[in-house]
Amino acid sequence: MTLDLKIDNPDPSHRPDDLAQGVLGTETDRPDGWAKVAGSATYAAEETVGDLLHGVLVRAPGIGAVTCPNLSDVRAMPGVRAVLRDDRLIRNAAQGMADEAPVQGADAADYVGQPIALVVAESFEQARHAAQVLDVVIQTKDAPTDPSAVDPEVPDDKQSAMGDLDAAMAEAAVTVDAIYTTPSMSSAAMEPHAATAQWDGDTLTLRGSLQMLKFNRNELADSIGLPPEKVRIMAPFVGGGFGSKLGISADCVAAALAAMELGQPVRVVQHRRNVFEVNTRRSETRQHIRLAADADGRLTGLGHDALVSNLPEERFSEPVVQGSHFAYAAANRKLGVQIARIHRPASGSVRAPGESVGVTAFELAMDELADKAGIDPVELRLRNIPEKDPESGKPFSSHRLKEALTQGAEAFGWSARTAAPRQRKEGEWWIGTGMAAAFRVNMVIEAEARISLRQDGAVVRSDMTDIGTGSYAIFGQIAGELLGLSPDRVSVELGDTDYPPGSGSGGSFGAASTGTAVWLAGMEIRRQLAERLGCDETELTLKDGLAIFSNRRVPLEELLCDGPIDGHGHVQPGDASEKVRQATFGAHFAEVAVNGVTGEVRVRRMLGSFAAGRILNPRTARSQCHGGMIWGIGMALTEELTHDRRDGHAVNRDLAGYHLPVNADVPPLDVLFVEERDDWAGPMQAKGIGELGICGAGAAILNAVYNASGARVRDLPATPDRVIATLPD
Amino acid sequence: MRPFDYQRAEDTAAARTASRAGATILAGGTNLLDLMKLEVMAPERVVDISRLGLNRITEKDGGLHIGATVTNSDLAADMRIRRDYPVLSRALLAGASGQLRNKATTGGNLLQRTRCPYFYDTGTACNKRTPGEGCAAIGGELRNHAILGTSEHCVALHPSDMAVAMRALDAMVEVEGEDGTRREVALDDFYRLPGDRPDIETTLAPGDLITGVTLPAPLEGRQQYRKVRDRASYAFALVSIAAIVRMEDGRIADATLAFGGIGTRPWRDPEMETLLKGERPSAALFAKAADVLMRHAAVHPGLEFKLTLVTRLLSATLEEMTE
Repeated sequence: MTLDLKIDNPDPSHRPDDLAQGVLGTETDRPDGWAKVAGSATYAAEETVGDLLHGVLVRAPGIGAVTCPNLSDVRAMPGVRAVLRDDRLIRNAAQGMADEAPVQGADAADYVGQPIALVVAESFEQARHAAQVLDVVIQTKDAPTDPSAVDPEVPDDKQSAMGDLDAAMAEAAVTVDAIYTTPSMSSAAMEPHAATAQWDGDTLTLRGSLQMLKFNRNELADSIGLPPEKVRIMAPFVGGGFGSKLGISADCVAAALAAMELGQPVRVVQHRRNVFEVNTRRSETRQHIRLAADADGRLTGLGHDALVSNLPEERFSEPVVQGSHFAYAAANRKLGVQIARIHRPASGSVRAPGESVGVTAFELAMDELADKAGIDPVELRLRNIPEKDPESGKPFSSHRLKEALTQGAEAFGWSARTAAPRQRKEGEWWIGTGMAAAFRVNMVIEAEARISLRQDGAVVRSDMTDIGTGSYAIFGQIAGELLGLSPDRVSVELGDTDYPPGSGSGGSFGAASTGTAVWLAGMEIRRQLAERLGCDETELTLKDGLAIFSNRRVPLEELLCDGPIDGHGHVQPGDASEKVRQATFGAHFAEVAVNGVTGEVRVRRMLGSFAAGRILNPRTARSQCHGGMIWGIGMALTEELTHDRRDGHAVNRDLAGYHLPVNADVPPLDVLFVEERDDWAGPMQAKGIGELGICGAGAAILNAVYNASGARVRDLPATPDRVIATLPD
Repeated sequence: MRPFDYQRAEDTAAARTASRAGATILAGGTNLLDLMKLEVMAPERVVDISRLGLNRITEKDGGLHIGATVTNSDLAADMRIRRDYPVLSRALLAGASGQLRNKATTGGNLLQRTRCPYFYDTGTACNKRTPGEGCAAIGGELRNHAILGTSEHCVALHPSDMAVAMRALDAMVEVEGEDGTRREVALDDFYRLPGDRPDIETTLAPGDLITGVTLPAPLEGRQQYRKVRDRASYAFALVSIAAIVRMEDGRIADATLAFGGIGTRPWRDPEMETLLKGERPSAALFAKAADVLMRHAAVHPGLEFKLTLVTRLLSATLEEMTE
């Protein structure tokens, strides 16, 4: 039986608070943790498969028509079984939730690094060598690769205006009018994209490193020309995705095509250098921010205009101003995104698309406003919290920015700060603190899950993935809470399209969306149990394997002696988003040291306070926030995917050249959760937490750099040379 | 990776013979294996010298002899190095990561290749990889590149931290020649400037084997290694300085300064050191020293910051060491 829910209205019942098992909201261990640290969790390239062949992608070294003059020589090399130059190879990874094949073709390269062939051989080494020997000749085509050198598209649906911003700027007591830039960035997930494809007669089974299997199945089927029901995808473990594995990737399509052609299993692992090119990057941005405020720092106008880029025919554009639509009150507003069509590698969703870079730049501007107006940065934010959505006038479903700011400031010791920059020095190092607010939209995605309650425990199944986020742990907690079982009696099986379609992992919606489906499945089982016992579901207490109502205590085993009870849950977003504005809020605080000689910045401590509804598992939630804050360090200080100015190719495409923060860059990180229940967020009142931690984190660091040293860096990342260039003499 | 033959040398003679026949010498492999996987280097034959007993540090003529396969970790941790040559220990610990230092060797560190990204990208032109092919780095994206010692054919930087400290210490590279005799080569005679053959990086001849590095008797004075980089660890130097400074009566008696991050080889400028010698420390003197150091700098777009950074770092280092 299926329990359906469409989220149209608030649910004030707060059922999780009435349940008896007491595992939801606790720091439950990850059931998959041991397998991961012990190495027994099999990732996409690790499953043992007999008769396996190995494929290596070949990249285009230029932009234009592609020929491979020595193709037949390479096909004759030792161990080589095939060189695929198939029109169905995909140009770049599909965008999130594309549900269909991305742009395909191998005859021409639209960007440097596009995969234009797959070499398949008996050993990985043979394939890699043959791929290197394959001569790829490009008939170079003139193609723009610099976003500032083309006339950008100005899509109507990405522009909005209210009132008269120019007039507000002219009349304002205090203004900020500045341009901020962020570079291309890479998800750089630990596990490179990888796929193992097996062709079984007319069915294809693919083990992949993917985030959203129900979409990926359709994308793969469409790419290779099979009906979706002939495709099964498995991704039980995924070593990080951060958006780069939302859509089907080049390795998957290539492995599938090769397996179909050769009738043998084929594995394709992207080389780390492919990872930076053939999946989606975060677009570079150029953001023009204008703020108009009265003498008290109350915003009368705000403008946020962004330029981003993508390849031709890609529908995604970095939604830079997404957070600016609702972050602050201001009567006069102008927001817009323009898209430069250029031939750099495709851009797509990377952790918190939109707010990660948009909120960060906006919060840098807010710090400049606080400085100019002589108002404490926390106080400035407090004064500009909107009472309702500033553009639509809809109420917020819940809004805890004030609490996040004040509780965070208190815990960080913000009041000890000196407002003027360059007040504290230790040797060569200037010390200072900074803060920023965090904003992120909240989304619910259609999801299904099934629970089977058996005498020996419960089994939860969904094609939902766990990309390191904690899905396994959380679904076990939800099912355990509803069914009165400790989480070790709940087995969670994920990442297989044979299971009910979950939401997939993306946009911070996984735990709340698929989690709600699990909740509904559990509720359906409770309903059936209550029916058997002749009571109302709400009268039923399930705890430690016992069903308790009135004065009866019945072991679940007894109720299940005729067989298991199954429950199916199905959640859909309803029209809630038309009635309320729903988002998550937070505040970041950072203390940094800036070397006055070298311009090096060291973050000394960070604190984030976050409001995201009910926290289902503080341990995995905190881990998500830590990750986001570390991304903030990278965005502020170290990460930049550099494009060659002549052909746009990604220059520093390895982990030695692309500078993710290393352990030595990461100081102690504190996270606190603001108590919140959002009734519009479904029966658990839980919202997404995965991406909130990155939104604005980098701004807190750079605002601290200013407070410490007086260096106002508007072009990210603030590498030593950029800090020196902006340091006052 | 191109298929290759692997040979483990039983003694240095076997290694030399193999080298003369064209084999590439393998020690820690931290750089060579990456380059082979990318086919930037594609030797047909590799000779492994990791078991020749060249992994000892011994006292020699008042100084130290460091075997060619002493690991960077062991060298940095050696009590004699830490006490008498702290600039070397600090430079080593400023390089790479703990895992890499556990494998990387002294000889291998000297011979590591540049990290110019165009050198690693067989899809672009590189004179260091294929002489005469052209240089895609010039006119491209430059950051970890040189401003001293460059040519129109190559701007690749020597990436080592260890070698910068060794250059300041006047270390000598011990080389066993084709005939088995050992000779000592100063680092400036060891490293070639790129000129029109950036692929030839050292004066080693086929059949030569680095067996060790000798450090002369410890110098008097304070020692310091400072490195500016894009993140706190596991990043190559934007600019680094190995400095040994001895003061006498408020004047600089000796200042030995070697630089990383700016030269096509570990960089030292005798003229600048002469300028400092005998002078009272002052901001004006340090600025003048930086001007002398940079007098032949060839600064391609993207590298302008190195002029500022080296000037600031040199002044701060000298200021601290002459206090």
